[in-house]
Amino acid sequence: MSPSAKMKPPVGANDHVLGAANAPVTLVEYGDYECPYCGEAYPIVKALQERLGKQVRFVFRNFPLSEMHPHAEHAAEAAEAAGAQGKFWEMHDLLYENQGSLEDEDLARYAKALKLDVPRFIKEMESHHYAERVRGDFSSGVRSGVNGTPSFFINGARHDGPFDLASLLAAIEEAA
Amino acid sequence: MAEIANKILAAGTAAPDFSLHSTPDQLVSLKDFRGAPLILAFYPADWSPVCGDQMALYNEVLSEFHKFKAAIVGISVDGSWCHAAFALDRKLHFPLLSDFEPKGAVARKYGAYRDDEGVTERALFVIDANGTIAWSYLSPVGVNPGADGILDALEALASKAKK
Repeated sequence: MSPSAKMKPPVGANDHVLGAANAPVTLVEYGDYECPYCGEAYPIVKALQERLGKQVRFVFRNFPLSEMHPHAEHAAEAAEAAGAQGKFWEMHDLLYENQGSLEDEDLARYAKALKLDVPRFIKEMESHHYAERVRGDFSSGVRSGVNGTPSFFINGARHDGPFDLASLLAAIEEAA
Repeated sequence: MAEIANKILAAGTAAPDFSLHSTPDQLVSLKDFRGAPLILAFYPADWSPVCGDQMALYNEVLSEFHKFKAAIVGISVDGSWCHAAFALDRKLHFPLLSDFEPKGAVARKYGAYRDDEGVTERALFVIDANGTIAWSYLSPVGVNPGADGILDALEALASKAKK
């Protein structure tokens, strides 16, 4: 709960992580692939990573607002399905770069573009193989005080300010 | 901070009764919810920005609330027609109550009214099955408080009931 909202559980083996485990700052985003604000945050996070290099490790957790964004849940499952084939971040990027095209056939198209095992991808999508995983992320977000998308946690504490590059950089510098 | 937090009714207080419109022709009362936990979420106004919207978040989290057999209602001073349009637009699956006439009367009883602006605070109450406030929280008006505090309170109630 604000202002003391703390992320739980901490980053673990199940998480999608970019960057070194010993980086002084861990930035976690709870995001929704169909959320326009998350779309705005996407290049900002990229710029942050470029700027800070080994200083920061970035973690993405799913927080699909399914009532508001009808394609968000499937998109999250698609990223997980790609992740199971070692291409989580590639799919994550494709989804954010194509937020207007998140129909199931689009997702299959991205799987093909990433040279995934497409029949496996489609089978896992149809059986909602990763729905539980996505739900687990969502629940952890709710219990951690996620209050909208995107929600950022810097070293486990919710970042309540704006998420433009300067604000995030300032908050990260303070945490480091 | 502590000064402000003392303003709203605290845990252990009997929840003041209310009877408010959930639709133009339907009234909802506190006693309707006896026997199970109730979440009262006061919020300043309908139609705040979409993705960070508090009511939209609770709409997504309903299944987590239902695990504790808890019901939730949102309360603001917006009229019931406004609520109806807002709920339809955001596809909300829980009632929004209108603290409309006399304006803010229920919010005042809970210490959750902002006189200067004429709107309700962003304040949360978890009321137990017997009608006593089990937990309350006053959020800064510009910050969506999320659902973690509510779920922690519901969990505490459930474990207390087991003992």
